[in-house]
Amino acid sequence: MISFRILLIFIGLGLCSVAQAAGVDKHARNMAASCSACHGTDGYSEGGMPVIAGMDKALFVATMKQFKSGARPATVMHQHAKGYSDEQIEMLAKFFAAQKRK
Amino acid sequence: MSFSRRDLLKAGIAGIAIGSFPSLAFASSELVKKKGQRVVVVGGGFGGATAAKYLRKWSNNKIEVVLVERNTSFISCPMSNTVLGGSRKIEDLTMSYDTLQKKYGVKLVKGEVTAIDPDKKTVMLADGHLSYDRLIVSPGVDFMFDKVEGLDAQVASESIPHAWKAGAQTVLLRKQLEQMADGGVFALAIPKGPYRCPPGPYERACQVASYLKEHKPKSKVLVLDANPDIVSKKGLFMAAWNELYPGMVEYRPNSMVMGVDVASKTAKTEFEDVKADVLNVIPPMRSGVVADMAGLANVDARWCGVDFLSYESKVHQNIHVIGDAVSAALPKSGHMATSQAKICAAAIIEMMSGKQPDQAPIIANTCYSMVSSDEAMHVANVYHFNAEKMAMVSAEGGGVSAKRSEMEGAFAGYWLKNILNDVLL
Repeated sequence: MISFRILLIFIGLGLCSVAQAAGVDKHARNMAASCSACHGTDGYSEGGMPVIAGMDKALFVATMKQFKSGARPATVMHQHAKGYSDEQIEMLAKFFAAQKRK
Repeated sequence: MSFSRRDLLKAGIAGIAIGSFPSLAFASSELVKKKGQRVVVVGGGFGGATAAKYLRKWSNNKIEVVLVERNTSFISCPMSNTVLGGSRKIEDLTMSYDTLQKKYGVKLVKGEVTAIDPDKKTVMLADGHLSYDRLIVSPGVDFMFDKVEGLDAQVASESIPHAWKAGAQTVLLRKQLEQMADGGVFALAIPKGPYRCPPGPYERACQVASYLKEHKPKSKVLVLDANPDIVSKKGLFMAAWNELYPGMVEYRPNSMVMGVDVASKTAKTEFEDVKADVLNVIPPMRSGVVADMAGLANVDARWCGVDFLSYESKVHQNIHVIGDAVSAALPKSGHMATSQAKICAAAIIEMMSGKQPDQAPIIANTCYSMVSSDEAMHVANVYHFNAEKMAMVSAEGGGVSAKRSEMEGAFAGYWLKNILNDVLL
């Protein structure tokens, strides 16, 4: 689906700017954007909730599937996980895995 | 009209040059010089501020964004009931718009919109106008004071606060609670749905009870609900009232408050007059009245119908409506407003470059309710666009907490921190 991402990294005087070029799956990005209320913008949680930016894709998928099946106990994540198809979970996983860990 | 547009423009420019400008002359001037494609966002709450930020972020700053907001700072309505309980101060919920301007290049105009011209694509303010290519109206709610005899905006700001927009009235209501004698009655009137924040009034009953239990244990919270039953998280709220505040919260369904007597703080329902020591009437709600400036409230003359792929108004092209003002089977919550704002921003970016927006948007909502100073519970759902119904439909599997807990109380705090960061920083 996405062949590649181009990351242009400008580094100077401690200032780091990352620009995303063509290749971002916008449907996945839009879907992932709802997660930020708890998990922070693009998955960079500012405290308390787990950071999911840069999370390993396979781990993300496995965790969500465990939430979905009930194998992994949760207060709220089982309810969210059930709202997405396996394909949609894959898309979310790919989006968050592509975010650079800070 | 004796002045030509050119004359007015000249007068406006001359006015700027000498540093004083009559409002009539200035009325024809563009408040912020337009550079390329522009979106004007009216209303800087959860919806509008998020739309402004994400339009900049996702367009790589290519789209010019002007945000019009009348308040100096952002005050979060979510969690503002905890100011009544005492576990938070209003300052804890107050944020600046500075970062939106400095980091994202959003142009902030402080003021109130007085008119919208959908044909000329301009919004008018007292001291000039802003032209737009697309307009986002994020007006929140306004109150239908005419449905409660004796109540108006002034009474609400002085003696019978609704405190349903966080800010001065939240502080006033807390003060009234502090001044109430032990043994007093706090009466809370809930309007018929739809209203902003479905679980909010029941959370408020908990927060008030939490304060009273500690400071004025002989007092009572009387809930007069216009609805036939508790609207949201029913079992959880009943358990919280019974277990945490036994005998303190009295709930009366089908009790629509239709009038008040201000001097005696009496609420009048169809069946009874209820005298209170602190009276908190939350009036029925509708979309913020800014929507009426372009006739956007086409559903029951209260709410705004939109296309859920772009949040473009059903009434006018190039005008989008987001947040509580939207007519939808979606909860009127802060999280929902931010989720709608992002879908709207993404769609506008595509439409402005001649492309189709996301044809299958999916959004999510999590609402926490604080039932004491440290315990909370939630309701959570995922919503998918349904192409047949042209509507957002709740996915299977959503629901509420199994039980209230301190763990969820902590999560509610993290939710607040992260969502405020996502909206404003």
